[in-house]
Amino acid sequence: MTDTASKPGQTEVWITGIGLATSLGEGLDANWAALSEKRVNVDEKGFAPFIVHPLLPVTFDSQIPKKGDQRQMEAWQRIGTYAAGLALDSAGIKGNKDILSKIDMVVAAGGGERDLNVDTGVLTAEAKGANAPGFLNERLMSDLRPTLFLAQLSNLLAGNIAIVHGLGGTSRTFMGEEVAGADAARIALARIASGESDIALVGGSHNGERKDLMVLYEFGDFNLKDKFAPVWARKDHSGFALGSAGAFLVLESKAHAQARGAKPFAKLSSVVADLARRKQPGEMAATLEKLWAKLPRGEGKGAIITGATGAEPATSEERGFLKGHADFPVRATGTMFGHTMETQFPLGIALAALAISRGALFPPNDSTGTEIEMQGAPTQIVVVGAGHWRGEGMALVEAVS
Amino acid sequence: MTAPRDKFGRPVVVVTGMGIMTSLGAGKADNWAKLVAGESGIRTITRFPVDGLKTTMAGTVDFVSVDPFSSTGLSERMAELVTQEALEQAGIGAKADFPGPLFLAVAPVEVEWPQRRELGRAVGKPDFTYDDLLRISGGGKYSAYHHRFMFGSVAAHLAETFGTKGSPISLSTACASGATSIQLGVEAIRRGETDAALCVATDGTVNPEALVRFSLLSALSTQNDPPQAASRPFSKNRDGFVMAEGAGALVLESYEAATARGAKILGVIAGCGELTDSFHRTRSSPDGKPIIGCMNKTLADAGMTPDQIDHINAHGTATPENDKMEFNTTSAVFGDLAQKIPVTSNKSMVGHTISAAGAVEAIFSLLTLEHQRIPPTINYETPDPTILFNVVGNKARDARVTAVMSNSFGFGGQNASLILTREPA
Repeated sequence: MTDTASKPGQTEVWITGIGLATSLGEGLDANWAALSEKRVNVDEKGFAPFIVHPLLPVTFDSQIPKKGDQRQMEAWQRIGTYAAGLALDSAGIKGNKDILSKIDMVVAAGGGERDLNVDTGVLTAEAKGANAPGFLNERLMSDLRPTLFLAQLSNLLAGNIAIVHGLGGTSRTFMGEEVAGADAARIALARIASGESDIALVGGSHNGERKDLMVLYEFGDFNLKDKFAPVWARKDHSGFALGSAGAFLVLESKAHAQARGAKPFAKLSSVVADLARRKQPGEMAATLEKLWAKLPRGEGKGAIITGATGAEPATSEERGFLKGHADFPVRATGTMFGHTMETQFPLGIALAALAISRGALFPPNDSTGTEIEMQGAPTQIVVVGAGHWRGEGMALVEAVS
Repeated sequence: MTAPRDKFGRPVVVVTGMGIMTSLGAGKADNWAKLVAGESGIRTITRFPVDGLKTTMAGTVDFVSVDPFSSTGLSERMAELVTQEALEQAGIGAKADFPGPLFLAVAPVEVEWPQRRELGRAVGKPDFTYDDLLRISGGGKYSAYHHRFMFGSVAAHLAETFGTKGSPISLSTACASGATSIQLGVEAIRRGETDAALCVATDGTVNPEALVRFSLLSALSTQNDPPQAASRPFSKNRDGFVMAEGAGALVLESYEAATARGAKILGVIAGCGELTDSFHRTRSSPDGKPIIGCMNKTLADAGMTPDQIDHINAHGTATPENDKMEFNTTSAVFGDLAQKIPVTSNKSMVGHTISAAGAVEAIFSLLTLEHQRIPPTINYETPDPTILFNVVGNKARDARVTAVMSNSFGFGGQNASLILTREPA
């Protein structure tokens, strides 16, 4: 009912731009090289006992030239604005006012980046006896930076992208952890496929190097601790290692792309999403099965790129689902990039499109046998995104015939 | 008998159920009665101490109890109540089985101060670092807080409670969020993906830090006494908006599906439009072009001309900049009509319900169409001589209203407009 698949008579949608800034590097070549070499960038000490995949430093100036703009953002927005710029470059539309003035944007975002010094300062003062009724108000009035609010608002990632890169079409921000990334792609695809839109910038960004986020996920005991292991090897030591990444895609109708001579990485054929209740074991796997059945898969060689988090019981349920589709070799982005929450699904689509365009799936990085070698070029890749708590999404990325 | 498709061949999208809650009260009847009587829901905040704050009033919803209290919990509870009201009116689907997707406008979610303070106390020593907080967060003691402070938690709760279909979308386009939720529903129906959509917008975020954040941006009125007179859209002495809480829910259906099941049609979403402003994070482009473009896109989407709009439900926040910009841009689109079409701002009475405002004001616009009576803009004692709107000042006005434009403009360059009509065009 709320699927988005290309239907007969509907426009084919191409992925014509990809922007990546991750813990493995910036740009397509650096990320592809790291994947090919099974190189993982984890920090086991800086946030010990928690593990993060830190952003490999980038020169923000190259995509965000004004220091004033950089100062108005916190890290998650800088990463995203940077990656969005790379995607526009990749599509060959950076600075193209005609196109940027009408491009539609759908962003998957969290937000809420906090000033830990302010928070700790208030709490320790209260622990020492500060209890005047207006104490919190006064401290916040004097200690919060006015611009911090703008770095906390979810829709200000899109706002910053619009300002820095000069986007003037529409702008929508979806929230809701992992599945927000799938829904962003789903709605952008639906709008282009139906002719409501010609071209869209879709993606998200995440700063995993945030203790305030670790507190939130620690409430649910979701953080990976002490020692890194591939996602599939965490059964008795479950959890996710937060990752920093920005991943943006330019989606475009075939006709629009051809008219400007743009080459596709791949086509985005379908995005579907649902919300399993997850009250009983098996409900999530059943929902994944239902989504799988809705994808208009073809005959060619296929693979699966999943954002499986490593958190339980979701990862074990997903492994059960994957076993039923063993003819599709699997890759877990969580092993290589960490868990980048709203960004994981756009990242999965980006890697699927990259793998198809480069004629090979990147190698497995797993000791449990869940990931196996793949010979030959994949022509269809299913992107799977099941949230650590709620929300399931799936996309079909195919080679352009 | 009207055609089930609009002049562009798309399914006509109608409203068959509405639910609303603001600081004025719960439900359409109560809200409408108070709105046309010119009552204000703005009062001095009692939920938490206001010592040290520059702004001490807001349009809080204090008659809904949530335990344990959190802004996100209040947003969720209000959303649930307005959805119930909307579904009862629409009479669609079965209990806990709504036949379409959910689009929810909700404020960004964060761990809040009561929970943060609880953690601080649990550390159990006077000197500690953030790492100490992190160390004691696990073990399951606070697992409910993980669920509460997931961005998707409110939508997940509503989807389960009302049995909406597919993946519910939680969205934020700042002060335009409510309008965006309606737009997403309209688009889904026009694309033929569904015959019905549930569009909900909610905001319960009057808390100390939210007030401080807006204060630090100098966005809030500080005319605290009397609080009822603080929100002064289009007045010379306006000095900012008043934060407020509220929620609105709309059941949207294709005209064809609604008439097939004999549903009463409350109005039509004839057009929607949005346009991003890339000028500044909190200010509109001085030339107003993005807002002008937004209104023009909305008229084009509805296939209407400015002379067919006979009422404007303004964004009208009462910030010095917004109201002036809104008059200038409306003039650019409507020409001389901008000074003739009756204009009102509901925010004079209910305050600015932020994420909910677009939906709350769409519902008030539909009630205006139903009652053929325009609610007043209260506190309109000293008109701004540079804003030459035909403001419906202080007293409600009977009027022939066939088409309303409702505008929403937000931080981050978010502009969205809706056109609502009684009958399909």
